[in-house]
Amino acid sequence: MNAAGIIFSNIHDRNIAELTRTRTVASVPFLCRYRLVDFALSNMVNSDIWNIGVITHSNYHSLMEHIGSGKDFDLARRSGGVKVLPPYITAFGSKGKLYNTRLEALIGVYPYISSIKEELVVLSDCDTVCNIDMRELISEHLATGADITVAVSGNGRHIGGSNATLFRTDSGGAVTDILEGNAADVPDADLGLNIMVLSSGLLSYLVSDAAAHGYTSFIKDIMIRGLHRYNIRVCRMSGYSASIGSLSDYYTANMELIRDKGARDELFLLSDRPVYTKRRNSPPTSYTKESNVCRSLIADGCVIRGTVENSVLFRGVTVGEGAVIRNSIIMQDCIIGDNSSLDYVICDKNAVIRDGRRLSGCEGTPFCITKGHLV
Amino acid sequence: MYKKTSCVAMLLAGGQGSRLYELTEHTAKPAVSFGGKYRIIDFPLSNCVNSGIYTVGVLTQYQPLVLNEYIGNGQPWDLDRMQSGVTVLPPYQGKRGGDFYRGTANAIYQNLDFIRRYHPKHVLVLSGDHIYKMDYSRMIRRHRETGADCTIAVLEVPLSQASRFGIMTTDENMRITEFEEKPKKPKSTLASMGIYVFSADVLERYLEADNEDKRSSKDFGKNVIPAMLADGMRMFAYPFSGYWKDVGTIESLWSANMDLLGPIPVFDIHDRDWRIFSRSKARPPHYTGPNGTIRNSLVTEGCEICGTVENSVLSDGVIIESGAVVKNSVIMSDTRICAGAVVNYSIIDSGAVIGDCAEIGLSDDKKREITVVGCGTEVPAGTKYFTGMETVEAGEKGEQK
Repeated sequence: MNAAGIIFSNIHDRNIAELTRTRTVASVPFLCRYRLVDFALSNMVNSDIWNIGVITHSNYHSLMEHIGSGKDFDLARRSGGVKVLPPYITAFGSKGKLYNTRLEALIGVYPYISSIKEELVVLSDCDTVCNIDMRELISEHLATGADITVAVSGNGRHIGGSNATLFRTDSGGAVTDILEGNAADVPDADLGLNIMVLSSGLLSYLVSDAAAHGYTSFIKDIMIRGLHRYNIRVCRMSGYSASIGSLSDYYTANMELIRDKGARDELFLLSDRPVYTKRRNSPPTSYTKESNVCRSLIADGCVIRGTVENSVLFRGVTVGEGAVIRNSIIMQDCIIGDNSSLDYVICDKNAVIRDGRRLSGCEGTPFCITKGHLV
Repeated sequence: MYKKTSCVAMLLAGGQGSRLYELTEHTAKPAVSFGGKYRIIDFPLSNCVNSGIYTVGVLTQYQPLVLNEYIGNGQPWDLDRMQSGVTVLPPYQGKRGGDFYRGTANAIYQNLDFIRRYHPKHVLVLSGDHIYKMDYSRMIRRHRETGADCTIAVLEVPLSQASRFGIMTTDENMRITEFEEKPKKPKSTLASMGIYVFSADVLERYLEADNEDKRSSKDFGKNVIPAMLADGMRMFAYPFSGYWKDVGTIESLWSANMDLLGPIPVFDIHDRDWRIFSRSKARPPHYTGPNGTIRNSLVTEGCEICGTVENSVLSDGVIIESGAVVKNSVIMSDTRICAGAVVNYSIIDSGAVIGDCAEIGLSDDKKREITVVGCGTEVPAGTKYFTGMETVEAGEKGEQK
């Protein structure tokens, strides 16, 4: 069965405001070399979905630069491939305003939706880090004859999940109730991965119907209202997943991946499902005689002269002599000065920490340095 | 329609590299891995792109599968272009018979048609087995300025090593007066780097003449260059002073890898102004475990390091289990060094497994003979293995670690 994909890049921007000031949630850097959209794109590509639209809202410069022509995701195609869909305001749409919700976004790209030739459409947000086989989701969707099938975490050790969509089901997997909130507060519900599949015909109908009724929320207005009208089912996906619903979720998910080799293997070492990202042609990371690194994940292109413990380093980071980095996330091309000390710090891209500076956050509240900031 | 191009680069990549033994059993020498995430051919290819040369023919012959696959459509080097880009040129069967490439000059001769399509003014002939960064556009500019028919890049080498190279004698304007291929008694220390710029019409004429010559061994250094010199063509040497290394032997490959290490490496691959491009796999970041130690080394994505790594170069996907020690070695991709194993002064080719507590290579600091473990070899637990390769070439840079 052939399917098209639609990725929402902005829906959850407000959840991690600290990192989305200059970018979309989709382009939030994650774990050394990825951006959150990489997981959504890779899941689709690895599941033979070759026609993908990425819906954007604002701040999408970094996202466009990251996706580029789609080459690095094997999505530079003559037919299909990846298309970035910037806000597209029509008479159908939000009356000249930018959309706020997933549904308004879909209404905005209605012409694109109605042009989809594939029979099915997979909708995916960018706030879930996972490596799932969408073919499984699709074949379950077809086998059960559901109208909408939502992917939920089938894994007890799911990470994050504040601001998640939760599903209560009957024993057969049919959805009986849908809630939005913190996963930890509703232990009996399944945690949604914000990935769902439905037929393109139904999607097109739902979107035009919603436009006619002035609906704004896909979850509240279509799914919750439609619980009795549509056959909505869950599909429990095995494997690692993390829902990034807050800065704390973001930090925890990074740290968990350092700690948990099993999770790392489930996410990255599936032989036919690699996670793609933009290539940068960085050289391998250089360690000097003085370097001291343990329990850390480090990308290519770094030069490490100091100490790094329990931290995540992105591509092209320079760690000065005598510098000590602990429990921190240091993004692309940051320069950490000599003899500085960082503990529980998130340094956004291109930040520079001067020699001898000491910065510290704490476990629940990592200290964030904004993009390009000089400290 | 082919776009007119001022310069076409021809990269000779058919070499077998027989002195790399196991490492070139299944791949051509230019496809041998180097510096963690590169292959030797990345250096001339990246140099071409960084010098603004986007029309490159890669002449392959020996074990071309890996090399062809690696080059692909040229995307990693930005050589996937509409009207030029990279073209792999294998030997072919023509109407009047076909043959393998019988020497460097013959290889180019058989592909004159490829060159003619682009109507170039200059042809740059390169070889795929050297590690260096060089701006070819400057050399081509010099070629134009001197009005030369042929310009040969040269490097000052120690007199003791001069007899391994093609040696040139020049006048004060760098015009070449004499050229000797691997002379027993070298008259100068200007060695040919195997990088030639020819004016296209001259090259075509001489290659055709060389092809007619039954006694010729169809080699640039042995036949074409001497013939041009004998005819009094304008031939100039272009001096180059940066890092350049022929990685034709196990020892030189090893020491070139070691040249990438140190606080100020002899050869810097972190230079963002002259990037070396390579085809990379989608690998996760590398992980260092609680007891992992990495000192003075290069580590690539996809590695898991729970043991000790010192003075070594690790390619992608290498796993060093806890208690394993790797020193002074080059470990190629997807190799596993099991718990307690010790690897020293070795090159481990990709996909090898070094069993528990095995000992590979000599720890002897003085003799420094490099042990090679071939591609996909599984060394059983507890094995001690080392080989004395050929004698170490004296005085090579980077070996005094």
